[in-house]
Amino acid sequence: MNIVNILEEIEKVDGDVYERLSPRRKAMQSFFNMGSKIALAAVPLALGSMFKKAYGATPTQVLEVLNFALTLEHLEYNFYKLGYASAPIPDGAPKGAIMTIRDHEDAHVKFLQTTITGAGGTPVPQANYDFTAGGAFADVFSNYATFLAVAQVFEDTGVRAYKGQAGALLGTGPVLTAALGIHSVEARHASHIRQMRRNTGQMPTIKPWITGGNDTGIGPAVNGSFAGEENVVQATINITGINGQAISADAASAAFDEPLSKNQILAIVTPFFA
Amino acid sequence: MSNLLTDENLSRKEEESFTSAKLQRRSFLQFAGAGAAGIALVAAGCKKDKNTGPGMNSGVDLGSGDVGILNYAYALEQLEAAFYLYVAANPYSGISDLEKMYLNDIRDHEVAHREFFKNAIPADKRIPNLEVNFSSIDFTKRDSVLGTAKAFEDLGVAAYNGAGFLIKSADYLLLAGKIVSVEARHAALIRDLISNGSFASSGNGEPLDANAIDKPLLPAQVLPIAGTYIKTKINASNLPTS
Repeated sequence: MNIVNILEEIEKVDGDVYERLSPRRKAMQSFFNMGSKIALAAVPLALGSMFKKAYGATPTQVLEVLNFALTLEHLEYNFYKLGYASAPIPDGAPKGAIMTIRDHEDAHVKFLQTTITGAGGTPVPQANYDFTAGGAFADVFSNYATFLAVAQVFEDTGVRAYKGQAGALLGTGPVLTAALGIHSVEARHASHIRQMRRNTGQMPTIKPWITGGNDTGIGPAVNGSFAGEENVVQATINITGINGQAISADAASAAFDEPLSKNQILAIVTPFFA
Repeated sequence: MSNLLTDENLSRKEEESFTSAKLQRRSFLQFAGAGAAGIALVAAGCKKDKNTGPGMNSGVDLGSGDVGILNYAYALEQLEAAFYLYVAANPYSGISDLEKMYLNDIRDHEVAHREFFKNAIPADKRIPNLEVNFSSIDFTKRDSVLGTAKAFEDLGVAAYNGAGFLIKSADYLLLAGKIVSVEARHAALIRDLISNGSFASSGNGEPLDANAIDKPLLPAQVLPIAGTYIKTKINASNLPTS
């Protein structure tokens, strides 16, 4: 059963359902009210139909966010695809983890493509990539440490990218829910890659969470990906030592991940496009 | 520091029978798994969502609107903070230095989240300190502590993801986003400590769906699970449902 069927069933009973639920915003709300109970897998199928009925078309802003997300997922998937095939990743758990992450990025690509198409948009194609970023990471696919370092930056940056777009998806119900669900999976990836870097001794002090600003050990080349992560003030509330609790500035920064804007993200990833 | 977990509570917990504690824990884990999978199975979306379940329309009122969602998050963060405060103060036998460091860090994050909500929610609308019930957890055993931590972290991720669409303010939505990714980092770590490589498992009873997306849970699905560990009754009947 999918959402389209549900809507059609309702329409049979109440042919004026969409008109009756005007204004459009309310029609969307009503759809999302039901959508909250429906498998996310059904979202791509139903999205276009809903937006068409509520608005005549999917709002450009929503399609832009989805294509922006797809642009990043293409980048990540191709990175892991090439890395898995060619980088000197040790067999066993490391190789298994990279395969898992590669497959997740692939699934995200496909989900977003289907969603965008379903919403009446055109999914952005993959591009040509330069994972050395113009030579900054020249041995990305021949040095395991470099590969993991770049992977970590991609994951941490991806988390920030999705977070920065959440507001643009406010009021889009299951679309927002799906984006949040991808966002937290990228954070799970980031946590694991960070553990891999620590456990291999490549970066023996790094933690699964971002402590202060650029804690990667990679140097200023990736400062942009961590700009603002040192923030310890949330909604004007200082988290360091909050209410007399022993919360250090490191803990205060690590307890909250920070967003980046679309333009900030594009500036960060541009060197990876050939 | 915390009045959530008093000595009285702890001695009371020890009096409870081992068998009942075991059963409670097992049913919690089964419920957690079933709940996460359940959202994908509920397809008959014609009824209005309800935030009322057994015991959910009496007790401490979370309130309505965005404040209700903030109180909901505050309740979950209280639970997590109380758990990790106890874990950090009473390390399980055989804990490694690395595990101790990680668990202390997570404790600090959860306390930071709890105190943030405490300050962010207007005092006249804020829920009080909740009383927890950890009688089903064997804090001396690594598998009991990490298993509970895993359940809490995955539940937290699913709860924030499932409440996002109920938030009306972009500022609050962003704040929830800032916290949920840290919970996801915790969840991945705890899962890897239990079984390396399980940081983002998918399938039945696992956090991810077939699209490699974290499965969301609605408040009405989360609270009965969390309630296993919260003695204070919580009334979620005024929370937004859309």
